[in-house]
Amino acid sequence: MDQFLQQMVNGISLGSIYALIALGYTMVYGIIKLINFAHCDVYMIGAYIGFAATTYANLGFFPALIISMASCAVLGIVIEKVAYKPLRNSSRIAVLITAIGVSLLLEYVMMFFVGAEVRSYPKVLSDAAFNFGSVRINMQQIYIVAIAIALMILLQFIVHKTKTGKAMRAVSIDQDAAQLMGIKVDKTISFTFAIGSAFAGAAGVLVGIYYNSIDPLMGFMPGLKAFVAAVFGGIGSIPGAMIGGLTIGVMETMVSGYGNSMYRDAAVFAFLIIILIVKPAGLLGKNTREKV
Amino acid sequence: MSLLTVDKLTKSFGGLTAVSNVSLHIDKGELVGLIGPNGAGKTTLFNLLTGVYVPSSGSIRLEKDGRQKELGGLKPYHVTKEGLARTFQNIRLFKDLSVLDNVRIAMHQNVRYRLGSAFLHLNKYHNEEDELIAEAERLLDIFHLSHKKNELAKNLPYGEQRHLEIARALATKPSVLLLDEPAAGMNPNETAALTDIIGWIRKEFDLTILLIEHDMSLVMKICERIYVLDYGMLIASGKPEEIRSNKKVIEAYLGEDVNNA
Amino acid sequence: MRALTKKNLLILLSILLTFGVVEALITVGIINSFYEITIATICINIILAVSLNLVTGFTGQFSLGHAGFMSIGAYVCAIINMHMNSTVGFLVGTLAGAFMAMMVGILVGIPTLRLRGDYLAIATLGMAEIIRVLFLNMEITNGAAGLNGIPRYTNWIWLFTFTAGTIILINNFIKSSHGRACISIREDEIAAESMGINTTKYKVMAFAIGGFFAGIAGALYSSYFYFVKPDLFGFLKSIDILVIVVLGGMGSITGSVIAAVALALISTFLQSFTAVRMIVYAALLVVIMIFRPQGLMGTKEITDLFKFKSGKKEEKIQ
Repeated sequence: MDQFLQQMVNGISLGSIYALIALGYTMVYGIIKLINFAHCDVYMIGAYIGFAATTYANLGFFPALIISMASCAVLGIVIEKVAYKPLRNSSRIAVLITAIGVSLLLEYVMMFFVGAEVRSYPKVLSDAAFNFGSVRINMQQIYIVAIAIALMILLQFIVHKTKTGKAMRAVSIDQDAAQLMGIKVDKTISFTFAIGSAFAGAAGVLVGIYYNSIDPLMGFMPGLKAFVAAVFGGIGSIPGAMIGGLTIGVMETMVSGYGNSMYRDAAVFAFLIIILIVKPAGLLGKNTREKV
Repeated sequence: MSLLTVDKLTKSFGGLTAVSNVSLHIDKGELVGLIGPNGAGKTTLFNLLTGVYVPSSGSIRLEKDGRQKELGGLKPYHVTKEGLARTFQNIRLFKDLSVLDNVRIAMHQNVRYRLGSAFLHLNKYHNEEDELIAEAERLLDIFHLSHKKNELAKNLPYGEQRHLEIARALATKPSVLLLDEPAAGMNPNETAALTDIIGWIRKEFDLTILLIEHDMSLVMKICERIYVLDYGMLIASGKPEEIRSNKKVIEAYLGEDVNNA
Repeated sequence: MRALTKKNLLILLSILLTFGVVEALITVGIINSFYEITIATICINIILAVSLNLVTGFTGQFSLGHAGFMSIGAYVCAIINMHMNSTVGFLVGTLAGAFMAMMVGILVGIPTLRLRGDYLAIATLGMAEIIRVLFLNMEITNGAAGLNGIPRYTNWIWLFTFTAGTIILINNFIKSSHGRACISIREDEIAAESMGINTTKYKVMAFAIGGFFAGIAGALYSSYFYFVKPDLFGFLKSIDILVIVVLGGMGSITGSVIAAVALALISTFLQSFTAVRMIVYAALLVVIMIFRPQGLMGTKEITDLFKFKSGKKEEKIQ
């Protein structure tokens, strides 16, 4: 039982990070129907920016987090403008291939400049731990979950209570109609990329602190898992992404804790394939039908 | 005797009933029209008949070799194999393939050679491919398209694309042909020419035809019987002259107030 | 005899010519062992690209897991060949690997039938990752360390035979009615289904054939390079193959062949700079998609160029 609770705690903190990344996938997919493969590399770059801010500029945790989020937001907008916007009317396969290209480009340009070696994060958050019975919770986990929750509340507020949020919802339903209603579609898409990327940046910093190591290819696996989380929750749905992230996080720690940690990645993918077969629209997604 | 029998067919999407309790029959060799205002459920009915949608309830039966075959719930390719072929309201040709390939693909279900011949291009392959080309050209000739057989379908003018859709449907060797607004977007001359062609292929291929059309001149001229759908329900059926004077039909088309005005 | 048409003679001649020239260059010593590796890479990549092209370019089913099929061929052939150290063992291993990969292709094909486009891409990626994790954990595959000391039976003659064979067989398939059925799925799945094409069957068939030939490529790989490990067949390998198909043109076998040769030459020159090579690949993908999404050849084949000319002449005569 204790082990179960401990795995649960670990799973929730890991899942919060997945949820933060999954939000970026789900928002971008909702608005331009693209699996933004480059998203996981924005997360990686966010981790490196946080690393630079804490190591070289000796900044504290919160300034580093904010710098990383802001830089990633800008990066997200640039990626969209340079690579995806020229392809807005191309086939979906073409855009998907571009996204893969951008992803690889970010990874290897980064590798070219910072080298392939793993770097360790400075200790910017205390790792003091509290024991509840035999369940151990450390400060970092509390920070991760608290920041994830705060950001998600912020996002819900933006999407449901602000004008920009309304524009985002309109564009995701029907881009052309939104345009005719005077909504600035380009601006809205840029804004979506900015928010999604900022969240990925935050996740990058949190992961750097939690696992204490970063490298240029660190984004690939968490990126895929976050995508699985988005699919499970129902792609396009923001609460779905949160539920999905937590589910995948807990599932992964359970497989490592009770089964064989070598199989945890395979378990996530097997889970994905099962969802796609059983309920392709996901937990909270909508079914779409092609008109004949 | 009835070739295609539709019995109490219903299709609902969530709360919306697009086709409600429709029963109709088409006899062998008949040319039947299906009309109704926009959104009456005509295309949905076609999609049910051809297996694109699965009926919520009711049955669709096709008489084949003296036996009644249930089509409801079969996959589209299976329905086509049983002898029902269709065209699409919004043209759905294989745009980036040649005119000839469009027709040859529709002939695939009758191709006899197997994978071995396909991989090795054995004599069987060559003989049958030659037959396919000859037959496809015969079909294209009817629609005066054979000189354009190597052009891409998307480069054909609009009217010829509609013709190619019919040719492609014929290539599946159907017993019943379903035409979804074949004259949409055509000018009166083109419509007249199409009317002739439909009459001609019907005799030539011994076809039974069901057609959706908004162009009343075409419907009234060639259809022997007409069914009228409104809000998913069958509101009238009969000979063209009966339909022309049917009060319910006039109401459906012009709105309720027509009698009071 | 149909086999002796002018076109077939031309093809046969060019095949023999390619073989003869390379063989001569090897004998004379202009192609040394360093370039021989490049040639082996080219042949293996051609097989991979042409088979992926059947799935993605012709049938329109976007797959990001081709390296998974390749790895099955590589491991099966390696294991059989290590127990049966002879040319017969090599051939048995190659065929067994290809069949295993084909079976997995069918297994992958079945669940993916309901998926389209980007979802399918992720599902195939996931499937390849599962295969990789399995190889990583199995005893017979020796885990992460991989298999070492696989006997080498792959030589230039086998490479050439299998490459030419793959190109001819897949090209024949595409030019047949069954191949056209696959292409119709890419063009418009609903229309294809309404024209009597069992789209499910042909999607699975495309995956099965694609898997079979990818398995052969894997077998040739393990037998040429003595050594396999799971990390060789990860996501990046699948992307490598995809780049070839996209650059050459989705739906053009000629394009795949040209792109495989061109990219292998680029890689050879950039061999000592892995990061730069990947940057070039990635930039290529983005630039092609933005400026020439149809790739070098579009859906054209080299034979179409001749056909087009003769077609024009006929028109003039009429």
